[in-house]
Amino acid sequence: MGDTEDGIKLKKTVFVTVGTTCFDALVRAVDTPEVKDELLKRGYTHLIIQMGRGSYTPTKSGGDDGSLAVDFFTFSSSIADHLRSASLVISHAGSGSIFETLRLGKPLIVVVNEDLMDNHQSELAEELAERKHLYCARPQTLNQTIAAMNLESLLPYPSGNAIPVAKLINQFLGFPDDK
Amino acid sequence: MENGNGEVAITFAIISLTLMLFRVLYVIYRSGKPLRTEARGALSTLIVLGSGGHTAEMINLLLVLQKDRFSPRFYIAAATDNMSLQKARTLENNLVDENGVKEVQTAQFMQIYRSREVGQSYFTSVWTTLVAMAHAFWLMTKIRPQVILCNGPGTCVPLCAIAFFFKVVGVRWSSVFYVESIARVRRLSLSGLLLYKLRIADQFFVQWPQLQRQYPRAHYVGCLM
Repeated sequence: MGDTEDGIKLKKTVFVTVGTTCFDALVRAVDTPEVKDELLKRGYTHLIIQMGRGSYTPTKSGGDDGSLAVDFFTFSSSIADHLRSASLVISHAGSGSIFETLRLGKPLIVVVNEDLMDNHQSELAEELAERKHLYCARPQTLNQTIAAMNLESLLPYPSGNAIPVAKLINQFLGFPDDK
Repeated sequence: MENGNGEVAITFAIISLTLMLFRVLYVIYRSGKPLRTEARGALSTLIVLGSGGHTAEMINLLLVLQKDRFSPRFYIAAATDNMSLQKARTLENNLVDENGVKEVQTAQFMQIYRSREVGQSYFTSVWTTLVAMAHAFWLMTKIRPQVILCNGPGTCVPLCAIAFFFKVVGVRWSSVFYVESIARVRRLSLSGLLLYKLRIADQFFVQWPQLQRQYPRAHYVGCLM
């Protein structure tokens, strides 16, 4: 894919987002040489990390020596722009981030935070992974997921529909079906 | 004489307790059945917002509900959550833009104390729950909604419990609609479980078929997101 004549590779960005949470285990995981190597092997050139309230600071890199260019920030009002320009999104398991990414049709790896007290969030990620809309990983298995993933096999997520609920509510209250 | 008074008091107490019990049973029986009368006017509607994903799901539902039927609308969010009311305001402002300036007065926004913050211990939450209950009671007395829409944040439990109490004592008959969050695939949330088991929700919606199989009184409605 790289444009070898100029020595400039096509920019392919991985965007990592933890939302408003603190998820150092994920930031630490994407900062490991194992994960970065796998990302490079898959042709990604840039890594942008939104680290939220976490305290672990990843190492920045310009990526000039052919390695992955790494940048990070805590919060931003333009998460949507980062998602839009990403070629791959690695996200925490919050439903907001998951559906925003799926709606943009971006390949997504959801990493479940195993330190959360009430960890119901893995339910959603696992269900959507079973339906082949995304990949689901743990911080320590992220490099294996990246190595094994086949983005072609992911299915687009059909957008949700609130009309069935609205219909039942209207019927219950005695409103006519349509007007 | 003393004895006679005592007997009267006991008889009176037993009769009133029995009547109350019957009233509670009647309310439970009647809840969950469609309202017989055809709805004519608009219904005052309380919308309980939660953080993040919960609010996004609720907004998706509000977008398809007929606003003239569900009016006026009262939005309640946790006092620690500024984002959700902001999103509701944006939604209402867009409605005003669509329909002209007329509908400014149909929406109100309120905040409520939370019974338990994420991660708070169950022990200290006894006290915070009492404060939250009192505040919820005050808000519900002011609003007395005919329709309650909620989808999972813990703040909806006290509000819905008070709505049930209002039904029992005859202050206001309200219809409670609960949509379990899309994040709940295999198990209900604590709020959902309470409203389902105690039959406080008139209609209970789930977004995944496997949940409907476990909770047969729930309606499976597909994904809202």
